[in-house]
Amino acid sequence: MATVEHTDGTAEAAPPTGGEGHRRRDFINVAAVSFAGVGGLAVLYPLINQMNPSADVLALSSTEVDISRIQPGQAIKTIFRKQPVFIRNLTPAEIQQANSVPVGDLRDPQTLAERTRDGKANWLITMAVCTHLGCVPLGAAEGENRGEYGGYFCPCHGSHYDTAARIRKGPAPKNLEVPEFEFLSDTVVKIG
Amino acid sequence: MSFPWAQAYEPKAPLMKWLDQRLPLPRLVWNSVGGGYEVPRNLNYMWNFAVLAGFALMLQIVTGIVLAMHYAPAGDLAFESVEHIMRDVNQGWLLRYAHANGASFFFIVTYLHIFRGLYYGSYKAPRELVWMLGLVIFLLMMATAFMGYVLPWGQMSFWGAKVITSLFGAIPLVGEPIQAWLLGGFAPDQPALNRFFSLHYLLPFVIAGVVILHIWALHIPGSNNPTGVDIKSPQDTVPFHPYYTAKDGFGLGVFLILFCATLFFAPNYLGHADNYIPANPLSTPAHIVPEWYFWPFYAILRAFTVDFILPAKLWGVVAMFASILLLFFLPWLDTSPVRSGSYRPRFRQFFWILILDVLILGWVGGLPAEEPYVMISQIATMYYFAHFLIILPLLSKLERTLPLPNSIAESVLHGEKRESVPYGVQAKPAE
Repeated sequence: MATVEHTDGTAEAAPPTGGEGHRRRDFINVAAVSFAGVGGLAVLYPLINQMNPSADVLALSSTEVDISRIQPGQAIKTIFRKQPVFIRNLTPAEIQQANSVPVGDLRDPQTLAERTRDGKANWLITMAVCTHLGCVPLGAAEGENRGEYGGYFCPCHGSHYDTAARIRKGPAPKNLEVPEFEFLSDTVVKIG
Repeated sequence: MSFPWAQAYEPKAPLMKWLDQRLPLPRLVWNSVGGGYEVPRNLNYMWNFAVLAGFALMLQIVTGIVLAMHYAPAGDLAFESVEHIMRDVNQGWLLRYAHANGASFFFIVTYLHIFRGLYYGSYKAPRELVWMLGLVIFLLMMATAFMGYVLPWGQMSFWGAKVITSLFGAIPLVGEPIQAWLLGGFAPDQPALNRFFSLHYLLPFVIAGVVILHIWALHIPGSNNPTGVDIKSPQDTVPFHPYYTAKDGFGLGVFLILFCATLFFAPNYLGHADNYIPANPLSTPAHIVPEWYFWPFYAILRAFTVDFILPAKLWGVVAMFASILLLFFLPWLDTSPVRSGSYRPRFRQFFWILILDVLILGWVGGLPAEEPYVMISQIATMYYFAHFLIILPLLSKLERTLPLPNSIAESVLHGEKRESVPYGVQAKPAE
């Protein structure tokens, strides 16, 4: 409203700076819309980010477990980040079975040593979450189906894991995930 | 928005005249679903299902709002509050069973409505947007139903949520952050339950909004009909009210008889017994299945078992979404100018094979992932995609269609065979 356009399209009040046909109103227009756009995006950020895991959910991200009573050949199920975790004390036969497989033949190539800690190769700690669609595989409790490779078996869609919890058969794409963990002592392990 | 011969809205009572000049809402209703909307006179009972789907949506909204007065979306209370509704709330059992079975019946009538559109070519020009808006409604329905099934927080609720959100985890790189964002954690828990409740309450109103767009887009060209022939003259149509309000009223009666029979005599027949076990994150049910209306899509998801460039899991996810997104392109995949399957003898045969194929997918989708069911699901999945991507485009080019009637009125009054001339020939029938 500050400028009046003539019929030939030239503005009466030429911009004091800039030139090249840009009018002051164009600048104000672009600046206002851009600023409103940035503001709109800034408003979106909290609206979207509020759905990410909250501080109290993230605070539960480590757990300590006493493993002194798990005998060789036994496994327990515990909870880490609200998801089940397997802690298995492998027998020498199971360790040997896992090491005898040529790594190149695996769908997700990893050695048992890469999945355990030095000097504690018998402690296999993995998420109890099938990498296919997230079911809890069987094989931790006494008498459960451990699949064709003697590790874990997921009943949902038939994924078989070996004694190092590596995927060997079925639809799952990856080995059972090994969470971050460290031994605080010989009998206590901290997951996360 | 209407045909020139449609009856105009003429308010008689002084109050209605006064209202019409200020807020012409009765005029809108008259023109949309009253005497002002002219409809082909030859619609058969397959045209009842749109109104029935609208009724089912209203039923879900009404029962859902009252259930929300008694339900608590909290991890340790959700299951108990559902049992509280079933045992303690006055007529709570009726309301919850009506809502649970209402979802199933909503999908039954919607599937029949979709297949009606597929058979009679209702997706073809000029109704492409009607079809696409319908698919948007269908996708919103699936999201709403999925989130609703999570709310009772039984075993199937929990593990269904886990499996479906794991689908997003299959996306390379961004999959796991997306999954954590959807769930608000690393597994379904309090945050997921709460937001699913919020969205489950919201989406039906979004659906209602898209339904209005769906009807609006439909009323530009007007309804399709069993001959697929365009409306040409006043002899071809009758006013929606009272002709189709009466016919839809009858259909609604039949629907309600079947609905009530299920509601009162087999309320759990369509559900799964495991969902009466409280959610347990440490124990997976032996056999996770979604609700029956997702079985064909679940079968497609599980049909991919071999890695090929991408992991098998990702292929399954892509194929499942593609099976629906594909339908958005249907108006351009089927280029035959003849709409109705009644005049397309080859198309009709393949249509029924497609129906059989979808029923087979539904059947194997509800079974464990074992042989021979995996093999059957693979063949049926291949056929599903072949129908839309290969068979339909070829049919449109090669098929020799039957002669179309000159008009809707003629097909009704004189029989389709006697007065018809071959398609594309504009000659007048001989006297």
